[in-house]
Amino acid sequence: MQQAAETILDVKGLRTVFRVRAGEVTAVNGIDLSVAAGETLALVGESGSGKSVTSLSVMRLLTRKIGAIAAGSVHLKRKDGKVRDLVSLSEQEMRSIRGDDIGMIFQEPMSSLNPVYTIGDQISEPIRIHRGADRKSAMDAAISLLDQVGIPDAARRVKQYPHELSGGMRQRATIAMALACDPTLLIADEPTTALDVTIQAQILDLLQKLQRERGMAMLFVTHNLGVVAEIAHRVAVMYAGRIVETGPVVDVFRNPKHPYTMGLLASMPKLGDATRMKQAGEKLAAIPGMVPSLMNMPAGCAFEPRCKFATEDCRKAVPPLFDVSPHHKSRCIHWQEV
Amino acid sequence: MSAPLLEVRDLAKQYTTRGSTLTILQNISFDIGKGEVVGLVGESGSGKTTIGRSVLRLIEPSAGSVRFDGTELTELSASQMRRARPRMQYIFQDPFASLSPRMTIGEILTEGLKIQGTGNSKERLDRARKALEQVDLPADAVNRYAHEFSGGQRQRIGIARALTLQPEFIVADEPVSALDVSIQAQVINLLRDLQQRLGLTMLFISHDLAVVEYICDRVIVLYLGRVMEIAPSAELYADPHHPYTRALLSAIPSPDPDAHRNRQILKGDIPSPANPPSGCVFRTRCPKAISRCAEVVPELRETAPGRFKACIRDDLNGSVS
Ligand SMILES: Nc1ncnc2c1ncn2[C@@H]1O[C@H](COP(=O)(O)OP(=O)(O)OP(=O)(O)O)[C@@H](O)[C@H]1O
Ligand SMILES: Nc1ncnc2c1ncn2[C@@H]1O[C@H](COP(=O)(O)OP(=O)(O)O)[C@@H](O)[C@H]1O
Ligand code: SF4
Ligand code: SF4
Ligand SMILES: [Mg+2]
Ligand SMILES: [Mg+2]
Repeated sequence: MQQAAETILDVKGLRTVFRVRAGEVTAVNGIDLSVAAGETLALVGESGSGKSVTSLSVMRLLTRKIGAIAAGSVHLKRKDGKVRDLVSLSEQEMRSIRGDDIGMIFQEPMSSLNPVYTIGDQISEPIRIHRGADRKSAMDAAISLLDQVGIPDAARRVKQYPHELSGGMRQRATIAMALACDPTLLIADEPTTALDVTIQAQILDLLQKLQRERGMAMLFVTHNLGVVAEIAHRVAVMYAGRIVETGPVVDVFRNPKHPYTMGLLASMPKLGDATRMKQAGEKLAAIPGMVPSLMNMPAGCAFEPRCKFATEDCRKAVPPLFDVSPHHKSRCIHWQEV
Repeated sequence: MSAPLLEVRDLAKQYTTRGSTLTILQNISFDIGKGEVVGLVGESGSGKTTIGRSVLRLIEPSAGSVRFDGTELTELSASQMRRARPRMQYIFQDPFASLSPRMTIGEILTEGLKIQGTGNSKERLDRARKALEQVDLPADAVNRYAHEFSGGQRQRIGIARALTLQPEFIVADEPVSALDVSIQAQVINLLRDLQQRLGLTMLFISHDLAVVEYICDRVIVLYLGRVMEIAPSAELYADPHHPYTRALLSAIPSPDPDAHRNRQILKGDIPSPANPPSGCVFRTRCPKAISRCAEVVPELRETAPGRFKACIRDDLNGSVS
């Protein structure tokens, strides 16, 4: 099973803070996660829950002036088999890791593509930098990569500029760029959120196929629970900067043990079930209220103000992660009753 | 279906840019009954917003007819249109961009009434307070500004703004797309409640087919500015007839880990309206295309009572896929 595979990414106690006008806010507050080779871990949660800050922290892409890792470790097993704590590396060392050991894909393909260089130049660049390949062989590799990510007529496409491609094609091109150096870890932050649903299906299918073929570890950030079920082996549900539930997707979605996960699943209209609900006069189970502000977090469980299972005890301390089963954990003191 | 409140026939929209003509909408025809909620679905650029805005004449259609309660809207003068406007309102997708940051919520909500010359300022403010209550916001919100509210609350304010004019017909353009799923459910429930309580007629635009199924009585499926299929929701989701509708439904990721995933993945990209395929516009991606699809433009035909589709292949109905 996946658990037996080698761990590629191991994050422990990650805490990331931002300097804001009123002082300091903790956007990510003690995150533990690990991803093994050949495994996809989905990080899911609503906007502002800390998903992107977590992935930016792992890649060490926070702008120094405003945000910084305040605690924790981010161990990465590099291609040479050596394990390094990325938190302690210099920017120069990080540059040799990004694009080589770690491939990255973002929501907006244009944020990773430079409008003034051809697609071919941009895909072959990491191959030249990290592999020391010459121009010609790097360009051949770029053509072969474009072909692998399903861009037809790759030899012609390498000569085109990003604006000449559709949104879906651009995302394919950034995937080719991320895979250019055969990374051991692929980090994808909402890679299909800006795409239409038929194009999203293509890209999810492609990522799954490439991951299987290459045995990469993938950290996949999304707010879409359907996408999680589609692509991930394991899931970590984030709320207000913490993981509140984690485990194999099948266990967490079939048998959620945190009221927030339960609420998220219930508030989603489900294709095919909506007609029945409408006819039965049933309403969607909305979660009342809204996400607390980072400036003003409740003292105990952050979900307490919105939780229908809340009791006095929930306000006393931040609940730890409880073991529901060996691989399934919930940050709810009442997990056995919910 | 009850007598149609809205009848749209052969609506078309073209834009001319740098000498070339872009056909954005072609031959759009549909009805909406009084009290009915009709969904308009399609991928980005398919023309959903263009239809919604053309119907209310927020933009001018290039051709076609839009009859609202028997009146031909496309022939009304500007002042006649201004008088008709309160009966039909538009709710925008973006709860951040659609509310002025410099006006109080009270000013935002009473602006339309003021333009219409309805009541005095106290009566207008009372209507604003009542509209806020209808969307479950405190009446004292009238003294506050949009930035003091969350995304979901702003979308409620957008809905309240539409309600102050007591419209009969609402075009809601992706009203929940910018919201997180837990908040989205609150706003969907609210919209459905209001629609039922006030007997509103609604054109509900969305790219999320599950939301549409939950809220709409009938659904129109668009592709590249053409109607592909129209059907009652219950039937469309249980038994889609058009190859595009099938593919669209099959592409939606389900959170159910037990759902079997033998999804149908469409090849290729959505063509550009600058360069639409000949014949059926879906043919370049259609798994069922035959050579004749490149030659004939499929007409939207009623293939069963209440079910319309634009596809030349009649042998595909039923559960063949
Ligand atoms: N003023 C304009 N000039 C030229 N083309 C336009 C103009 N307005 C819209 N279009 C084009 O018309 C098509 C339909 O646009 P529309 O906004 O109606 O799509 P939509 O279905 O609402 O998409 P989305 O899901 O992205 O909101 C698109 O190809 C768009 O680029
Ligand atoms: N540059 C920044 N300065 C201050 N706060 C930030 C900054 N970037 C992110 N945050 C805050 O950190 C939290 C988590 O953000 P993010 O990780 O982007 O959320 P998401 O889960 O939507 O990806 C949010 O409350 C956000 O406002
Ligand atoms: S700890 Fe209490 S408030 Fe928090 S999720 Fe569990 S029951 Fe709800
Ligand atoms: S007309 Fe042809 S191409 Fe168009 S949907 Fe029908 S089978 Fe497909
Ligand atoms: Mg994000
Ligand atoms: Mg639109």
